[in-house]
Amino acid sequence: MNILVLIKQTFDTEEKITLQNGKICEDGVNFIINPYDEYAIEEALKLRDLHGGEVTVITIGPERSENALRTALAMGADKAIIVDSEDQELDEHSISKVLAAVIKGRKYDLILGGNMAVDYGSGQVGPRLAEELDIPQITTITYIEVNGNQVIIERDVEGDKELVESSLPVLATAQQGLNEPRYPSLPGIMRAKKKPIERLEIDDFDFEDDIDAKTVVTETYFPPKKDAGRILIGEIKDQVSELANLLRSEAKVL
Amino acid sequence: MKKVLVLTEAKYGSLRGVSLEMLSAAHRLADGGEVIAVAIGNEAIYYANELGKHGAKKIYIVGNKELDMYITEGYSQALQQIIDMVNPEAILMPHTAIGKDLAPRIAARYDLGLISDVIDVQVVNDVVIFTRPIYSGKAFEKKTVVSGIPFATVRPNNIPMKEINGTTEIVRLNVEIKDIRTIVKEVVRTSTGVVDLSEAKIVISGGRGVKSAEGFKPLEELADVLNGAIGASRGACDAEYCDYSLQIGQTGKVVTPDLYIACGISGAIQHLSGMSNAKIVVAINKDPNAPIFQVADYGIVGDLFEVVPLLTEEFKKVLVNS
Repeated sequence: MNILVLIKQTFDTEEKITLQNGKICEDGVNFIINPYDEYAIEEALKLRDLHGGEVTVITIGPERSENALRTALAMGADKAIIVDSEDQELDEHSISKVLAAVIKGRKYDLILGGNMAVDYGSGQVGPRLAEELDIPQITTITYIEVNGNQVIIERDVEGDKELVESSLPVLATAQQGLNEPRYPSLPGIMRAKKKPIERLEIDDFDFEDDIDAKTVVTETYFPPKKDAGRILIGEIKDQVSELANLLRSEAKVL
Repeated sequence: MKKVLVLTEAKYGSLRGVSLEMLSAAHRLADGGEVIAVAIGNEAIYYANELGKHGAKKIYIVGNKELDMYITEGYSQALQQIIDMVNPEAILMPHTAIGKDLAPRIAARYDLGLISDVIDVQVVNDVVIFTRPIYSGKAFEKKTVVSGIPFATVRPNNIPMKEINGTTEIVRLNVEIKDIRTIVKEVVRTSTGVVDLSEAKIVISGGRGVKSAEGFKPLEELADVLNGAIGASRGACDAEYCDYSLQIGQTGKVVTPDLYIACGISGAIQHLSGMSNAKIVVAINKDPNAPIFQVADYGIVGDLFEVVPLLTEEFKKVLVNS
């Protein structure tokens, strides 16, 4: 089976955010594959090893995103596609239109991605793309099994588990708990260097619809900094009653 | 003046707070225009009054049996028929499991922009400005829609509810549902508490310091007394003390309760971004140098297994007396 995996390169979750001229500054930042997309890659590799076929990872992003593709190839993906988005203002609407254009005409049985990215966290691209391609979507999945033309999926719904069945092709987005992503092995890294990366530009496509961003960011800012709190002192018992009082009379949250 | 459509949501038969919060946001957006609510499922008749009290001028109750359980395709067909009928000038949906799955699909169907996970809505000089957290709360951004109608999903627990007097019209209808490609075979309710983590006013959270799955017991007892929900750090989930669905942080849920009690959580930056926008943070940790104390309003340096049961006892007393 042929599996497409949508990935995004994001800031390492350890990174602090800094602003420069009102925009988020990327200088000196360590980039990683969005952690939710890593689950998607891992699951795609497992399914390929079980059912055959190939795994293609796709990203839209600036040139640096190619590193994320190399990592995915080193993990074991077969092919990669990058659509250069340097200097383009794209929102979720634009991104899903571009992805749909990349994917239409390619053969696939399953599309996997993370359920959201840890940077902008809107989680829109998966469902939007499914709509663009007119295929069903199943979000926040924690288990997937493919039987012929059917998939059985378990999804996380705010802590509850839902068992869903769908026909292929389907788009599914990964939730934490789906698997434990592998690290790229040394031979994997060596092999990745020879694997093909297809480089595309947004201008390569003829779009039926307008892909201009429908939404814009007008301001980016930090939440007000909190003053350091109060460490209570004394016997633990006394601290506990003091805390209960403070929460009631000072903080007024009880 | 705008006509605003709001998709309300109920869970286990009761209306979710975010539904009323959205109505309040919708009123700001409507700016004197009509606020129209959609409720899926006939049981909505039991809470229609509540929606009306919070300013829903008209309520469409969709009664199809096929929609008893949420399915993307079924719900999107229902919403499409209502949107075509109502022709709204703004749409709000909840940023819950349902809204997160459904709203982008609807947005794509109508080629609309969508602003997800908003915590505030303001109208300034006729421009609708949405505020949303990015990098799971490490920063915020303001966004506007530049083409098409405003469409957003609203994060629970952020926009204050507001009662608005007026009359309400209830319209019951069935929509046409066809060609469904996915089936929900089974739903297993594994969430322990009755209170949903993202909507809880009080969250009691455990980290590696709870040491085992049983170690969550005292936290659960405290949560019971306070009617709170249980959360966890990634450390506790990775160590398999609890399910990943409880994880709070950059790769888990972001919560904004009134009170967050962190027990045995050191406070890695990824965790802090998921909870530091709580109104009041209490930290209980053995290590006085744990970073969690830097974001805590109140801290107790001590063993959680000693402190938490004492707290439970104390709150029992305090809450009985109040």
